[in-house]
Amino acid sequence: MINDFEYFAPKTLKEALALLDKYQDDCKVICGGQSLLVLMRQGLVAPPYMIDIKGIAELSYIKDDKDGLKIGATTTHRAIEKSPVVKKKYPVLAKMETRLASIQTRNWGTIGGNVCHGDPAGDPLPVLIALGATLTMTGSKGKRSMPAENFCLDYFETALEPGELLTEIALPVVPPNTGTAYTKFNVIESDLATVGVAVSVTLGAGDSCQDIRIALGASAPTPIRPKKAEAILKGKKITDALLAQAGETASTEADPISDIYASEEYRRELIKVLVPRLTREAMANAKKA
Amino acid sequence: MKKELKLKVNGQPYELYIKPKTLLVQVLRDHVGLTGTKRGCNDSSCGACTIMLNGMAVKSCSILALQANGCEVVTVEGLAKGNKLSPLQRAFLDHGSYQCGFCTPGMLMSSTALLAENPKPTKEEIKEGIDGNICRCTGYNSIIRAVTAVVKGEYKEAK
Repeated sequence: MINDFEYFAPKTLKEALALLDKYQDDCKVICGGQSLLVLMRQGLVAPPYMIDIKGIAELSYIKDDKDGLKIGATTTHRAIEKSPVVKKKYPVLAKMETRLASIQTRNWGTIGGNVCHGDPAGDPLPVLIALGATLTMTGSKGKRSMPAENFCLDYFETALEPGELLTEIALPVVPPNTGTAYTKFNVIESDLATVGVAVSVTLGAGDSCQDIRIALGASAPTPIRPKKAEAILKGKKITDALLAQAGETASTEADPISDIYASEEYRRELIKVLVPRLTREAMANAKKA
Repeated sequence: MKKELKLKVNGQPYELYIKPKTLLVQVLRDHVGLTGTKRGCNDSSCGACTIMLNGMAVKSCSILALQANGCEVVTVEGLAKGNKLSPLQRAFLDHGSYQCGFCTPGMLMSSTALLAENPKPTKEEIKEGIDGNICRCTGYNSIIRAVTAVVKGEYKEAK
């Protein structure tokens, strides 16, 4: 049962920010609402004021320029999945989207909404972290940006301050000889990840690992980068033994929960298996790049 | 406080006054009175409430009705032209693409949206197209057969 609330549908960012300033912690922002309405129906979230930013056209865009790709926060998953420039330059992002929930959900749900929901099992954040994305938040006093990996603070808690909106996701230009891969393990194809792993590898001379970014979903209260595992691989010629060591290390850096989908031990085992597998896939993609 | 909602449902304009918390599925079933759209799981898992909003398949249980302000909605009742069923509807009938029938409106809407976007989907693409719809009788094969028959051109648009 959803509690009653007062509803606003601003048409511009400026109007939305004025409403956010006025209602601060008493309001909740809705965009596609594909995650939020589930929580509201369960009575877990019951805001007295709702600010619907779905209609703010200026925040829905995919722009490709010399600095990389800029995605407006209210861009739908489906628009990203179908975007020719995303498919060409960031295929891992388009591929991730095809596995995010169902077509119906992707048609209405937005990337910004997904990220702000702060679910550690969400698909986009591990991929955005592996790609080195920057998130821009806008408030009435101005903008600030941070790396995607710093955005989630805790389970369903983000760095957004009252009065702020996530407005843009920026992806840097993919460096040469770089490949990225993402997968999630789940029982039903369109479910949330039991564990999600994204890996981005830049190959150097002699196919050594010049740079690597690993991001884990559903493995801790927030998406995380297992940096000790990255350090094992960075700068080295990658071997099966090193990959096994990195998987092992990543599984100890994770802090997964036990729930109805999997036990903590099972999730650690998945990380151990998936980190080497996805690193190999990212390397193969890098060679094709 | 109630708010005004203007939308078109199957081509018919409606002006309603609703509480902002009202979901689109409630507006369609309880206010507009079209009960073809089913309310199944009510948490966007089952797809029985699938409708087309401005041409896109969406789950009407997971959209605030006010978000559809100014939009065009097509429900399962809007697929037939008068008493002439759409090609997909006829194919579903011929292939027995339902057992209890509860998922059928959602399956029809997802398949209709799929064919509007991609008139020649592969079997894999058909499966992906109805991935968001659960048939608890597990009658997926007959649904896929029906959509395939339409793709092959075995059912023409009624004149």
